[in-house]
This record gives sequence, structure tokens and C-alpha cells, in this order.
Amino acid sequence: MANLKEIRIRIASVKSTRKITSAMKMVSAAKLRKSQDRILQLRPYAGNIDNILLSLQQSMEGEIEHPLIQSREPAKVLIIVISSNRGLCGAFNSNSVKNAINLAHSKYSEQMNKGQLYFYAVGKKGADLLKGKGYQLEGESNDLVDGKSFSEISSFAGEIMNYYTEKKFDRIELVYNKFKNAAVQELIDENFLPLKMEEQEEKKFVDYIFEPDAQSLILNLVPKALKIKIFKVILESIASEHGARMTAMHQATDNANELIQDLSLQYNKARQAAITKEILDIVGGAEALK
Amino acid sequence: MFLEIITPEKTVFSGDIKLIRVPGTKGSFEVLSNHAPIVSTLIKGDIKVVNKDNEESHFEIDGGLIEVKENKIIVLGEFS
Repeated sequence: MANLKEIRIRIASVKSTRKITSAMKMVSAAKLRKSQDRILQLRPYAGNIDNILLSLQQSMEGEIEHPLIQSREPAKVLIIVISSNRGLCGAFNSNSVKNAINLAHSKYSEQMNKGQLYFYAVGKKGADLLKGKGYQLEGESNDLVDGKSFSEISSFAGEIMNYYTEKKFDRIELVYNKFKNAAVQELIDENFLPLKMEEQEEKKFVDYIFEPDAQSLILNLVPKALKIKIFKVILESIASEHGARMTAMHQATDNANELIQDLSLQYNKARQAAITKEILDIVGGAEALK
Repeated sequence: MFLEIITPEKTVFSGDIKLIRVPGTKGSFEVLSNHAPIVSTLIKGDIKVVNKDNEESHFEIDGGLIEVKENKIIVLGEFS
């Protein structure tokens, strides 16, 4: 049995670790609430943009034409992997990287073999993981997942859209963790560019006046809708990150509690054994004196 | 009629109003009750809102979009 001092030191160290993990859990819970609020704030804006685009689409003759909607043969593909800048959040980062690599090897295996598939990392942990596995990165924008404002994220989105219009890439995919609730994140890979217009079954036709005209409205609206999409995806990912960290830290705290309980039991047993031994020694000594 | 001015990050204004004047791309225009449905892009400028009690308020925008439909106005604004 380990000696008393050793056990005492271990208990103290586990206790201080527990303090850290439980504090991190609280911090993540607070940040989670904040990032959830941001998602809620975005919802009306995003919903309205989509609605206006839909009504534009319905009132126009034929298909909408826009360089960001035109689909091309996917010769060169870019996968944007959204992770986080900090660790200690369970499998959050490795899941999203794993998903991206899976996507590269299944859906885009042809481009992968030809070396026409590129990764773009948003989040330092994802970038490190991809580099560690030997994948080349087209670029990194790590500060975007630190809760940046819309204008900063929209300039990043503009950059990505330029990649598409300049024909640097023919398809752009997003891989991220979608926020379901604090404990559950859903891994998503979705097509970002070209933008697919949704087909609505029931047509609610409103006879709008379009100013200046429908075509220029579309030119204006499509990039806006895409920027909102990137913004939303990043917000979702941030919320998921905090959710994942909260769960991971909760578990760590629970484990620490269990460990402390076991160690205390061990400590008390050892202490009792030592006392018993001492008493036996004294009694033995007293007997011998008789 | 009901007006909402929203940005991706927050709702700037929400409430019943009498009149709104916005800087449309083809020129500034006003919207009163029962305006025909319209969608217009907006340029940098000033939005004037007059509420039910004839109180005026102003919002500075960098651009955006307005949708008017059945006495419901939505301004999707970009602020710097």
C-alpha cells in the first residue's frame, strides 16, 4: 500500500485539477449562452434574405443567372474546415477534421488523387491536425472563430467568393459542427459554392416593384445571402465548441470527484493500518515489560 | 404599419410607424400606409422614421435592402 504522504499529495493535485476543470466548465457555459444569443439574433435577418430571394426567383422568368450560382465541372475543389483555436473540448476538432478527410477520400477521391483538392482551415486546432496528417493547406483564417463581428467575417466570405468567380476553384464545401444542444453537435458537410437555389413547391406570388430591377437586386442579394451563410456557420461552430468544452469539462470534473473519493478511501485505510500497527507495538512492548 | 430594421447582429428598431424615408438606389423615397409591395436596394444615407406619436428618429446606414409587403416593412441594414 502506498504511503500516507504520497496519497496526500495525489489528493491535493487532483483537487487543484478539479478546480480548473470546474471553472472552465462555468466559463464555457457563459460563453455558450452568449454565442447562442448571437445565433438567435441572426435568424430574422437570414430568414428575410432567403424570403426575398425566393420571391425574386418566383417573379422572374426562367432561371436566375449569377456567376456564383453557375455550376461547373468540379475539377478543383476546396474544403473549408471549421474547428477551434483551443483544445480541451473533447473530440470537437478531431471530428470535424476527420469528417473533412472522409469527404475528400469519398466524394472527391478523383480530385484527391489528381492533387486538385485543397483544404482551408478556420481554427488553429484543425489547421494543426491537417498539417500533422500531411495535408497541404490553401490558407488559414484562425481568428475568425474568436467571436468576430459580421463585417470581418463577411470580408472573409468575399475572399472565398472571389476564389469561385476567378475560377480558382470549381466547388467549395464547408465542414463544421452544427449546434444541436449543449451536449450534442452534429457534423455537417455542405455545399457552399455554387449556390443552389431552393425550389419552392407552393408559389406565393406577390407582385413586387423591384428597384432598380430584378437582375441587379439578385446581383446584390446573392453575395449577401452567402455571407450570411458563412457567418451563420461560424456562429454555429463557436456555439458547438463551447457546448463540447462544457460537456468535456463536466466529465473531467466528475472523474476528478471519483478519483478523490477512491484516494480518500485508500488514505483512510492506510492511516488506520498505521494506527493499528502502532497500538500493537505499544501493547507488545507493555507485555514484554511484565 | 409595422417596421423592423435589422442587421445580422441585432434588431435596431421594431415598432409601429407612420412614415419611413429611405435612401433607395434610384433615389430617396417615402413609404406610407398601404404602399404597393416593393423590394429595393438602399445606398449609404439616412433613414427617417416617424412613429405613431409623430416623433422622428434617424438611422445612418451604409447600404442594405428594404422590403414592403402588406403594411409590413423590413429594412435589412448594413452598419459600419
